[in-house]
Amino acid sequence: MLNQLIVLQVVIPLIAAPLCIILSNAKLVRAFVIFVCTASFSISAYLLYFVSTSTTKTISYALGGWAAPFGIEYRMDIMSALIGLIVSFIALIVILYGKRSILQEIPEKKITLFYTAFLLCLTGLLGITATGDAFNVFVFLEISSLASYALISLGKSRACLLAAFRYLIMGTVGATFILIGIGLLYAHTGTLNIYDLGEKVAKLHDIRTIYVAYAFIVIGLAIKVALFPFHLWLPKAYSESPTVVSAFLAGTATKVAIYALIRFTTAIFGIKFSFTTLQLDVILLVLSIITILYGSLVAIFQTDIKRLMAYSSIAQIGYMTLGLSLISVLGLQASLAHIFNHAIIKTSLFLLIGCLVLRMSSSKLSDLQGLGKAMPFTSAGIVIGGFSLIGIPLTAGFVSKWYLVLAALEQNQWWIVAVILFASLLAVVYVWKIIEVLYFKPAKETNVAVKEAPLSMLIPVMFLVFLNIYFGIETSLNAGITKAAAMQIIGS
Amino acid sequence: MKHHIILRIVSKILIPIIMLFALYVQFHGDFGPGGGFQAGVIFASALILHVLVFGLENTQKVIKSTTLQIFAALGVLIFAGVGVVTMLLGGEFLNYNYLAKSAVSGQHLGILIIELGVGITVASVILLIFYHFAGLKADD
Amino acid sequence: MTDWHAIITYWAVITLLVFGLYIVTASSNLVKKIIGLNIFQAAVFVMYISMAKILNGTAPIITDKINEFSAYSNPLPHVLILTAIVVGVSTTALGLALIVRIKQSYNTIEETEIRQQEQTEKE
Repeated sequence: MLNQLIVLQVVIPLIAAPLCIILSNAKLVRAFVIFVCTASFSISAYLLYFVSTSTTKTISYALGGWAAPFGIEYRMDIMSALIGLIVSFIALIVILYGKRSILQEIPEKKITLFYTAFLLCLTGLLGITATGDAFNVFVFLEISSLASYALISLGKSRACLLAAFRYLIMGTVGATFILIGIGLLYAHTGTLNIYDLGEKVAKLHDIRTIYVAYAFIVIGLAIKVALFPFHLWLPKAYSESPTVVSAFLAGTATKVAIYALIRFTTAIFGIKFSFTTLQLDVILLVLSIITILYGSLVAIFQTDIKRLMAYSSIAQIGYMTLGLSLISVLGLQASLAHIFNHAIIKTSLFLLIGCLVLRMSSSKLSDLQGLGKAMPFTSAGIVIGGFSLIGIPLTAGFVSKWYLVLAALEQNQWWIVAVILFASLLAVVYVWKIIEVLYFKPAKETNVAVKEAPLSMLIPVMFLVFLNIYFGIETSLNAGITKAAAMQIIGS
Repeated sequence: MKHHIILRIVSKILIPIIMLFALYVQFHGDFGPGGGFQAGVIFASALILHVLVFGLENTQKVIKSTTLQIFAALGVLIFAGVGVVTMLLGGEFLNYNYLAKSAVSGQHLGILIIELGVGITVASVILLIFYHFAGLKADD
Repeated sequence: MTDWHAIITYWAVITLLVFGLYIVTASSNLVKKIIGLNIFQAAVFVMYISMAKILNGTAPIITDKINEFSAYSNPLPHVLILTAIVVGVSTTALGLALIVRIKQSYNTIEETEIRQQEQTEKE
């Protein structure tokens, strides 16, 4: 029975998505979606608990009763259970928060379809974490991507259409690259199971097919991750889409892509092949650092708060791949911890910005002047989220940066520490820019009478803000579990 | 198209045959080449021919797009429903062996229902896409 | 020297791949971009199908003449690529639907003209 939970986690939102269309009453659908998200969150929480306390630390499930490597295997280890937990948690919070925001930002007759697309996106993202089959990863990646293109195109301004279209082109090229890579791997090994592939690839040496497959898969995933030269789709996609969508995607989509990158490089190609023979670590290190500096620098010059957050997201993605490029237990732990923390930080920030947008109908910094008094809770939340983004002690953001610094010091790479500190200073600049606008600029006349955001939005997002601090102090989840996950991956 | 009597008569004869062929491809899928995807597309193409010859309004009198949406959802539900039933019967998700007394007839039954779900979804989604694009006017 | 039969499909794949990618990046017309994307994906379909073919192999279906053949084409890549084709169709449909709405709101489907409109909007 317990094993069924692995597949139920993916199947529940999959069944719920078409049911939404049949139900078609917006209120009914909303209640139903909340129920579904709660169910998949509790399943993934239980799975993480079970996986991390069991002796083997993995659960395997043969779909349709066909045993691996011939059938499709669903397999969960600590890392995939952790990412699954993040995804379903963010989905739940975003949906709880979304009542007012969805009504305001999405046309009424499209709300049911919005929930359908949202659930399909959730299915895809959870599917990537659960599956142990390389081709299945591609299918779920496309399910989630297609749903997210549709979600992004629901934005209010017409620019969202172009953003969705550009994301569609980039995303499809990336996914097709991954498809080519998987095809070449299959042509040479005759298997699609990730772990079986890992064993077979390890026995091959100097095969050009494998090199080419590796290049295609890494580049394809880098597009999905939005690593530096491939990041162009991200800022517009995040800033033009409805608040709920940008919060959900910022918290989950790129993280799951990074998960896939870690899984493919370590489980299929093996650490030795990826990082010693082909030296992905050097490439990844350079690109990560460019990503961090570029994202932070460009964020400083943005005049739109959603754009600013989108560029800051790019910078944070750099930290996650930086941890991976150090290829040590500490580095991977820092990566996973940052995935965890950043999901909470960025989702809370995007949702808080959603509160501002609800009241002001604008996300331009110049329109938000002096809102600190009118909307005290929202503004305070943004400040705490901003501190966490910078990495000030006692916030969640500090924990992952601390481990990243430790991982760099472990390999005596002082200059990486310097880069991290410098990038944090840049983060101070752009966070200060927001604080200055909210608290120290004189309020516009129109902004004085603004009311605080409604409680239905504030409660879920304040919970996230609270977690920002909670995980800065109590680190058993974001440092403890991630360490176990990293050891499971690197150690084996 | 009112005056093209040959086109209208020929397609009136062809449409049922195309649909019949779609059903053949659908239900013969576990013995020979075929299956839900192909059958769904063939079935949709019969209705698309109807749209081309008799106009969108006439076809929409037969099947409305809201009905198609429900059918599209229904197909996915049939697919996933089989999976859930096998889980309730004690097997893994989509393990057809549990559907009937013997494993072989279970496999037959399972793939037949699954492909039916696929067929329904594909046919209605293809037709929905076509409705959407065919319904666009040049000026809007 | 390798038998040219064996690799000619791969040349076709690479040619299509490069053509498709070039069209995606170089053309400013959004519909042409989608066409390029389709060519790009078609190349991958050809790659999968060609690697499934086994020399002197027949279709993997059980018939009365089962004893006449010893080799069968691999059916798995066909199944995989059927999925990928479906994904491709959905992507195309979604892309075209987006283009329709872009045309409605910008009144053009040339990327350069859309960019100009965005520039003037900013100023």
